[in-house]
Amino acid sequence: MYLNQFLFLAAFLFCVGVYGVLARKNGVLVLMSVELILNAVNINLVAFGAFHETVAGQVFALFVIAIAAAEVGVGLAIVLLIYRNRQSIDLTEADLMKG
Amino acid sequence: MLRNAWVIPALPVASFFVILLLGKRMPGKGHEVGLAAVGLAFVLSLVAAAQWIDRPATLEVEPAGAEAAVDHGTVPAEAETGPEADHGAATLDLAAAEEEAEGEHEVEAIRAPVVREFTWYDNGAVTVKAGTHMDGLAVVLVVVVTLISLLVHVFSTNYMHDDRRYTHFFAALSLFTAGMLIMVTSSNTLQLLFGWEMMGVCSFMLIGHWWEEKNNSDAALKAFFTTRTGDIGLLIGISILFFGAGQTFDIEALNNAALSGTIGRSTLVAGAAALLCAVIGKSAQFPLHTWLPDAMAGPTPVSALIHAATMVVAGVYLVARLYGVFWSAFDIGGGGINPVALFGGITILIAAALAFVQADIKKVLAYSTVSQLGYMVMALGVGAWTAGIFHLFTHAFFKGLLFLGAGSVSHAVHSFDMKKDMGGLRTSMPTTFKTFLIGTVALAGIPPVAGFWSKDEILLGAGENGYGLFLVVGLIGALMTAAYMTRCVYLTFFGQYRGHGHPHESPPAITIPLVVLAVLSVGAGFLNAPGIGLFGEWTDNATVLSAGVAHHEFSVSTAVIGSLAGLVGIALGYAYYRRNLGPHRLTERSAGARGGYRFLENKYYLDVLYTDTVVGSIKGPIARAAYWVNQNVLDGIVNAAGTVARASGRFVYDVIDQKVVDGLVNGAGAGAEEGGSALRVLQTGRVQQYAAFLFGSVVVLGGALVLFV
Repeated sequence: MYLNQFLFLAAFLFCVGVYGVLARKNGVLVLMSVELILNAVNINLVAFGAFHETVAGQVFALFVIAIAAAEVGVGLAIVLLIYRNRQSIDLTEADLMKG
Repeated sequence: MLRNAWVIPALPVASFFVILLLGKRMPGKGHEVGLAAVGLAFVLSLVAAAQWIDRPATLEVEPAGAEAAVDHGTVPAEAETGPEADHGAATLDLAAAEEEAEGEHEVEAIRAPVVREFTWYDNGAVTVKAGTHMDGLAVVLVVVVTLISLLVHVFSTNYMHDDRRYTHFFAALSLFTAGMLIMVTSSNTLQLLFGWEMMGVCSFMLIGHWWEEKNNSDAALKAFFTTRTGDIGLLIGISILFFGAGQTFDIEALNNAALSGTIGRSTLVAGAAALLCAVIGKSAQFPLHTWLPDAMAGPTPVSALIHAATMVVAGVYLVARLYGVFWSAFDIGGGGINPVALFGGITILIAAALAFVQADIKKVLAYSTVSQLGYMVMALGVGAWTAGIFHLFTHAFFKGLLFLGAGSVSHAVHSFDMKKDMGGLRTSMPTTFKTFLIGTVALAGIPPVAGFWSKDEILLGAGENGYGLFLVVGLIGALMTAAYMTRCVYLTFFGQYRGHGHPHESPPAITIPLVVLAVLSVGAGFLNAPGIGLFGEWTDNATVLSAGVAHHEFSVSTAVIGSLAGLVGIALGYAYYRRNLGPHRLTERSAGARGGYRFLENKYYLDVLYTDTVVGSIKGPIARAAYWVNQNVLDGIVNAAGTVARASGRFVYDVIDQKVVDGLVNGAGAGAEEGGSALRVLQTGRVQQYAAFLFGSVVVLGGALVLFV
């Protein structure tokens, strides 16, 4: 079994996720990009776990999936509230914290 | 009790603090504490006296006799260690054996003093001790002081009854008594000075007890300052003797050093002269006697205490205690004239003369005290040591009696003026009259009451020791004493009552002390009467014996002449004041007599001399000099200090405060502001930008990790 195919896949997904987070204006898409980053990490964890023949990687992956679910729940609720208040989910407009 | 004699002064000291702290809340307002403490002290003194009398005579002293008067030699030093030292030396040396033979034939055994000391402080070179030194002299004084003080306390419970400072009065009485007790029991001159000054302060407090009236507070100040003038002498004298005798304050050591000639002649004379100043001030000798009559401004019990037992006899005690010093310095054994006897003699006469022109009964008694103190000092000055102490002892009783009697009279008529407010009191105040009469007879020296025996001994001593002049002075004094006391008794108790209201006999708290003192005034004299002579035996001490003070046998002729002088005085007084015989209205007819009378009335102008000339002349220039110094020197210093302070303040404000401190503070603020504006640009409020910074940083850190670790 070759580890590098999984790592390339994970790196690709990670870069797509980072691009999504930094470049997209849509709040929901940003959240989805975050999910991509997390899943890239999951692939890495499972791959290394399989490579070293231990279940620890899969256990960590399960934790990350559970926490990602919670994070998306909170994140979508925030996006929903922003939409209700401003009729828009464009993140570039939400700059009230500008110094 | 002799070992634990410190308890006796400690009791009144404790009583002082208890009365002061708790007195006002007690049912008797504090007098019960004072009475209990002084009463207990009196009982303990009696115990001490009994133990002293019981004490076997173990100390062997070689009386110096006539040769010591010529050559002070090393006799006392030998007397201390005599028997053992000589015994060892005798086997080796023929000369020593001779000495032993010489020493043996007139050794006299006396009671050894009981000394108990502890180290007060020790600075390496000098160890100063404090403690008690109990011998016959101290025991006599302790008994007299506590007895008179106890009676005065009893008397005061009634006499001072409604006084507003009743509690403070009793507190001060306690402390006063304590001061005297500390002084008489002390074993060294430093402790003696302590008690002496304590009395000075207390006399100030008590004489000025009614300080609301200017006269009273003036009198208190006068008493304080006049005695202070003498006290300087005490301080100087003690210092001189301290260094002269090889750095010791111990009284016995000082006496021995003086008698053995260890102290240089001129040092000794200077020290004794300084001490004599203290005696003159404290014991109211001419010319510093003026404070004592003015001290009558205090309450009468205080006068009784001051005059009879404490304060004024302190000076006499000082001479008696340091007799070795006075004896050697003034060559008292030599006869003729010496300063101690001279001051005493002058005082007898001038004070007695002043007593004739006083209208105030207490002032008559005050001058009489001055005169009697003169007797005591003169007695010590002519070498009649025992007689002087004995006179102190008997005088305490009859003078205490006379003062308390005067207090009783004034209690009844509310005045002290014999001429205006008294007269004819013998029927309305029988007890007071009888006791006062006994006191008068005792003071006049009529046999067989107390004053006769002690005065007779003084006259005898003066005659036998080669002081013929002072024998005459004493006789004249006795005559004058008898005459002015007759005048005093006549004006107070005989004739018509000239006051207002109805005088009545005083209550028991006042009359009981009078009766007690009257009994003692009659009986005390027999202690040293011929054939008994107990007093002399009890008070013998090593200093006096080794100095060679002579004891004289009773002489009938002196006794007869002495009592004749008293009787003649009484007869003259009786004839002049009662029978109206003799030259009356002399002051109206003769200018000389008028001048003399005015001279006496103005008390020899001594007060004028002191207050106007001495104090005035010192006061003016000193005040002016002080003003000049104040204006030019002190103000200059103060102003300069102010200017410097202002300039440095300005500098600090301008440079340090404004520039350095404010600069730092403002700089901190400005720096924060600038930094904030610069960083503000970064905070755009855009989440994605923050995320970009985050990722960028992670990339940089990750690159660094890969490249450098």
